[in-house]
Amino acid sequence: MSLFYFIAFLSIFFAVMVITTKNPVHSVLYLVITFFTFTVHYILLNAQFLAVVNFIVYMGAIMVLFLFVLMLLNLNKETEPMKSVLVKAIGTIAGMCLLVTIAGSVKVLEVSNPVVLKNPEIGLVDNLGKVLFKEFLLPFEISSILLLTAMVGAVLLAKKEPKDI
Amino acid sequence: METAFIIEKFVLITIVFVLTLVIAMYSTLAERKVAGFMQDRNGPDRAGPFGILQPLADGGKFFFKEEIIPAGAHKSLFIAGPTIAIITACISSAVIPWGQQLTIGDRVIDLQVADINVGILYVFGVIALGVYGIMLGGWASNNKFSLMGAIRAASQSISYEIAMGLSIIALLMVTQTLSIKDIVAQQSGFVNWNIWVQPLGFIIFVTCAFAECNRVPFDLPECETELVGGYHTEYSSMKLGLYMFSEYINMFVSSAVMSALYFGGYNFPFMNDLGLSQNWITIIGVLAFFLKIFAFIFFFMWIRWTLPRFRYDQLMNLGWKILIPLAIANIVLTGIITLIKDTYW
Amino acid sequence: MESLSNRKKVLEQKPMNFWERMYLPAIIKGMRITIRHFFKKKATVSYPEVERPYSKNYRGMHSLKRDEEGRERCTACGLCALSCPAEAISMISAERKKGEEHLYREEKYAAVYEINMLRCIFCGLCEEACPKEAIYLDGPHVPADYLRKDFIYGKNKLVEERFDVNLLEMANLKQEIN
Repeated sequence: MSLFYFIAFLSIFFAVMVITTKNPVHSVLYLVITFFTFTVHYILLNAQFLAVVNFIVYMGAIMVLFLFVLMLLNLNKETEPMKSVLVKAIGTIAGMCLLVTIAGSVKVLEVSNPVVLKNPEIGLVDNLGKVLFKEFLLPFEISSILLLTAMVGAVLLAKKEPKDI
Repeated sequence: METAFIIEKFVLITIVFVLTLVIAMYSTLAERKVAGFMQDRNGPDRAGPFGILQPLADGGKFFFKEEIIPAGAHKSLFIAGPTIAIITACISSAVIPWGQQLTIGDRVIDLQVADINVGILYVFGVIALGVYGIMLGGWASNNKFSLMGAIRAASQSISYEIAMGLSIIALLMVTQTLSIKDIVAQQSGFVNWNIWVQPLGFIIFVTCAFAECNRVPFDLPECETELVGGYHTEYSSMKLGLYMFSEYINMFVSSAVMSALYFGGYNFPFMNDLGLSQNWITIIGVLAFFLKIFAFIFFFMWIRWTLPRFRYDQLMNLGWKILIPLAIANIVLTGIITLIKDTYW
Repeated sequence: MESLSNRKKVLEQKPMNFWERMYLPAIIKGMRITIRHFFKKKATVSYPEVERPYSKNYRGMHSLKRDEEGRERCTACGLCALSCPAEAISMISAERKKGEEHLYREEKYAAVYEINMLRCIFCGLCEEACPKEAIYLDGPHVPADYLRKDFIYGKNKLVEERFDVNLLEMANLKQEIN
């Protein structure tokens, strides 16, 4: 349990670091570390497959692409537009609203008992596969169609318009 | 968790770690020897008999070279780059089963550091992490060539990871497990090797492994002719040494993974017909495994001194337009054959 | 343009067929070539241990010769220095004293004789210019060194070893008998 609290503290600490650091590349790197702590959380829950997939997809692919783009952009103080007081004020108000909403929703929820799992094997690959392909087959297929649509859209965006000569 | 278990694992980890480093060291010598032999030369043969001490001399030289961190570099990330590269290279060998059980007294020792039931995915994840070392190093150098190298490394490794993953999926459909230990155990003897059922998948996997290790013909992140030294242009001394080392360790680990997944790992022909005791089978099996690994390392070098480097657009075309569709076709084909086999046999 | 020599070869560039586009056969072909070279005899001569024979008219390091009585032949006439296109040779002459007849053949000899091996182009003109047959370029090639000054070879490196004429003749006789 103390291990969980330690890792949870690390996740929140690095998540805060993501939004407080000035340098965007540092920010991405802190995000990578945050994802790594999530992986550790999954392992603590004995969800090995989810842990590794989180590791590969988020840390290994998506964050690499983030970093990739940031390295190309060369962000620094000159290119960063100055934010006006109005923008800052609106941002503060929006953030406060979000905080209030979250606090309210948390208060409504009952105190759950998250640590007691009925079946500790539930996170392993074969169980996960059975659940995905039997109980939740329809949502799974619908999400795959969603991904396919996104992929087609990305290809269309990336494709050059044929020049008419 | 008894003490004996911890000691056993500790010893195993130490042996694997030392072996990995020694093999990586001697891969550098072997690379130069193979290069020499293929170009009708002798290769390095001055340090010790047949140049046996050459890696030590190189290592010593690396330690005594001046360490330069460029003035405009981002210091902490500049140091983090090679560190991440070498750490990820070293930990990726944790899930590889080096042999069967060894029985000493009444203790049965598994020759595998950790049997995770998602072993292959673990290897993938760690390899995917390795690209951070290259990217951070390249970006932190504050050099155009390094940045180009880093970006090439990132895009290349992401593109080829997809094809690699897809080629593995076809293999997993045959083996029906993600644990490398089980996959190797299934391939006992000679006819059960996965290469006989997944030849196309193997070719795709090898190509992607070359790309993931940044080896010729996919060594665009560090190609000397275009980018000076690529991502390690600004590196000197042992930091450069660590990058080189991690490259060779990656080569060793991917050779091990390839021979475990497709060439039966520690299994060798007629292993059950010779009437040997379990311990002897294990020992010969470990030797056979290392023989296969060395054969693959030689294959890596053989390719390196045969093929020229790809152009960047050719690399991307090969990855996205040829390997990925091929891998998907392989999955479909495997699925159909498995289905036919299940229903009619 | 019309080819005048009639030797022009027109290369056809056809689009690759499927077999060629598969790329793997070409790779295997290349690998067969490299593996054949892997087992071929190596062209390297590991130099300090094994030396390749020099050709007969090879011009290497200079040596200042002695005559049959072991006296230096050079008379410091300076013709070699004059003929040298690279200005590599310089010398200081001296007069032979009484009692030095067993050392120098002529009445004048070179007290200092220096060849700058970095300047020398090993053309052999000094050899041709010498009236006393005192200098020949019959040595091995000049070894590497660290400092420029060490490439200026003095008499200690140039003059050939003193040999005993009688022993030499004995050896010659023996060879003839055999």
